[in-house]
Amino acid sequence: MNTEKENILRRVREALTVPAPHPGHHHHAAANGADEPISHWLPQVGAGFDAQADLFARNSVQLKSTFHLLENEAAASAKLAEIARAGAWKRVASHGDGARGPATRAMVSSLGLPALWTDAGYDVREMEQCDAGISECEALVAQTGSVLVTGRSSGGRALSVLPPHHVVLARRDQLIADLPAAFALLEQRYAAGYPSFISFITGPSRTGDIERILVLGAHGPKALTILCW
Amino acid sequence: MAAASLFSRQFKTDSKRVAADLRHRGLIRTALTKYEAARDLNKAAFQDWQGARQAAAERKWEAINHLDRHLESFAAKLEARGTKVHWASTAAQARQIFLDILREKGARSIIKSKAMTAEEIHLNDALEKAGYSVVESDLGEYIVQLRNEAPYHIVFPAMHLTRGEISALFAEKLGTPPTDNPEDLTMIARRVLRDKYITADVGITGANFAVAETGMVSITENEGNARLTAALPRTMITLLGIEKIVPKLSDLALFLPMLATAGAGQAITGYNSMYGGPRQPGETDGPEEYHVVLIDNGRTHLLADPEQRDALHCIRCGACLNVCPIYRNVGGHSYGTTYSGPIGSVITPHLRGLQDWKHLSQASSLCGACTDACPVKIDLHHHLLQNRRNAMSAKPTWWERLAFRGFAFIANRALFLNRLMPFARFAQKWFHWIVKGGPLDPARVWTETRELPPIAPATFTDLWRARQRARRHTPEAAR
Repeated sequence: MNTEKENILRRVREALTVPAPHPGHHHHAAANGADEPISHWLPQVGAGFDAQADLFARNSVQLKSTFHLLENEAAASAKLAEIARAGAWKRVASHGDGARGPATRAMVSSLGLPALWTDAGYDVREMEQCDAGISECEALVAQTGSVLVTGRSSGGRALSVLPPHHVVLARRDQLIADLPAAFALLEQRYAAGYPSFISFITGPSRTGDIERILVLGAHGPKALTILCW
Repeated sequence: MAAASLFSRQFKTDSKRVAADLRHRGLIRTALTKYEAARDLNKAAFQDWQGARQAAAERKWEAINHLDRHLESFAAKLEARGTKVHWASTAAQARQIFLDILREKGARSIIKSKAMTAEEIHLNDALEKAGYSVVESDLGEYIVQLRNEAPYHIVFPAMHLTRGEISALFAEKLGTPPTDNPEDLTMIARRVLRDKYITADVGITGANFAVAETGMVSITENEGNARLTAALPRTMITLLGIEKIVPKLSDLALFLPMLATAGAGQAITGYNSMYGGPRQPGETDGPEEYHVVLIDNGRTHLLADPEQRDALHCIRCGACLNVCPIYRNVGGHSYGTTYSGPIGSVITPHLRGLQDWKHLSQASSLCGACTDACPVKIDLHHHLLQNRRNAMSAKPTWWERLAFRGFAFIANRALFLNRLMPFARFAQKWFHWIVKGGPLDPARVWTETRELPPIAPATFTDLWRARQRARRHTPEAAR
């Protein structure tokens, strides 16, 4: 087994004894893109909470996810209850081991519905029967309208993808500008040991595989709602 | 004439048929027009798309030109957190690794998300022959799997099918009522596949990027099928080529939006997920075992060619296919390769033999649209030209050499060329039509479907002389 590793690495090293020309430099004296911050190339994001919340809201419309910016925790709780009623939820899945821990548990419990908690393991078939998965997140990315989740902070790998409706609970200070900021945050938080699963969720599950016509809910959630307060 | 390879003959037959298929043209036009509009919108949102291309190209250059170091780091980081990393030099070795894992796990049913490397090594065939049932979970891949077909496009596997055909397929294979609503069709697949995720023992995925710094595999998708594949089964296996490396985790901040924009005309793809191991202590779910299979399968051969090494920068976005006038006319299946379009024409000769696949490098107008579209700045159309040169110098064709020598002989002798011209005009006018497009026509490849332009009634020398004569007779009019 390990001999193949050595064979491949030997072939790689032999091949690399002859250098390859540096990219693009024969066409124009390009700026050295390796040293500039990535944000310089990507779509622009305004500074400050209001501009970024506005961008996140506009991206959400494009993506067909729903973004609610709320006054306080009580308003978020009321909105969650309203969504649960509108969707006629009978059962939900969530987790109590995130950064907010007991607060999330209390908000979900206040729905008065049977809840599946992923904290100490769960039955997949039971989760499949749930009408919604309610999770915390690491961050909201204004630039792309993405929700950053990890296996450690957001109830595991399946909670945000298996139930048909994913509801994200986020605090205002979790809204960040762009993708480079998201990776900087991950590094700062987890450089000593990353979670085994990290994901940028951007909109509900979608496909265009049939005649390039957009259909939501291909395999994952048909709806994505973000409550931020 | 040297015998054209079987693949070359197949390519000519298939591309001739598809190019004349109006229904096919309509489908491709619909799909790609939508793509182009969305892509341009998202490219424009970048502060500097050209700068981003240069930055991406430099990051991939670093990854590929120090591949040994990055691969070792990638594998070591994964192993440190309990992932088993396997190395395969050939497709056969990679298939054997899969069979060994499946046997050891006593697997029965397997759920698979999209992986072009799996197509490359014909993994499904091998697993099915060994008695395992493998279900493709990406909607487009599921559709082509039901049709027993190869994917039509790297990113849009079922781009060549109408909803009517898909409805008929589902009716036949799944017994569902016919519908012309794409949403209903998608929900049928959702229902069928849901159960497969839950019951599968093993999940197989591909990868878009391999992060050397942190030992993570990054998977880009819209449907959530790869996420379910990586979440539910007890064993997860990821198959990827050794060229997928990016040096740092933060490089993904650049690559993820560029892949989405170039590949599908999206600002960012629906799910971009990074996996760094099996379920870790303190985590609530995820596979008990994680295997990563790294495959060479000819990539080091391409690496050894510094002139074309940048072809390994490819992030498989498919942008070069979408803009290629050849791809748009002959379609994805005509190529007969795993990777079609310009990138496929460039790399297939390196992966599967230059002489057998050199014809793909000829199937190009060298317009350079592919090079312009490439988000990592691969010099695609020059590589096509280099493949032509390499193929010819490795194995010259006697009749082409003879023809070019003859041409050089005549073209270098102006007097002789001018004497031949009246004869050529006469022959074209009075004799060519007799054999035109037929087996005796030396220009058959062209004249079968097109008119040869008529040879000019006078040569440049004739015109020049006539002009000089006129000048001498009417000096004042010439000025």
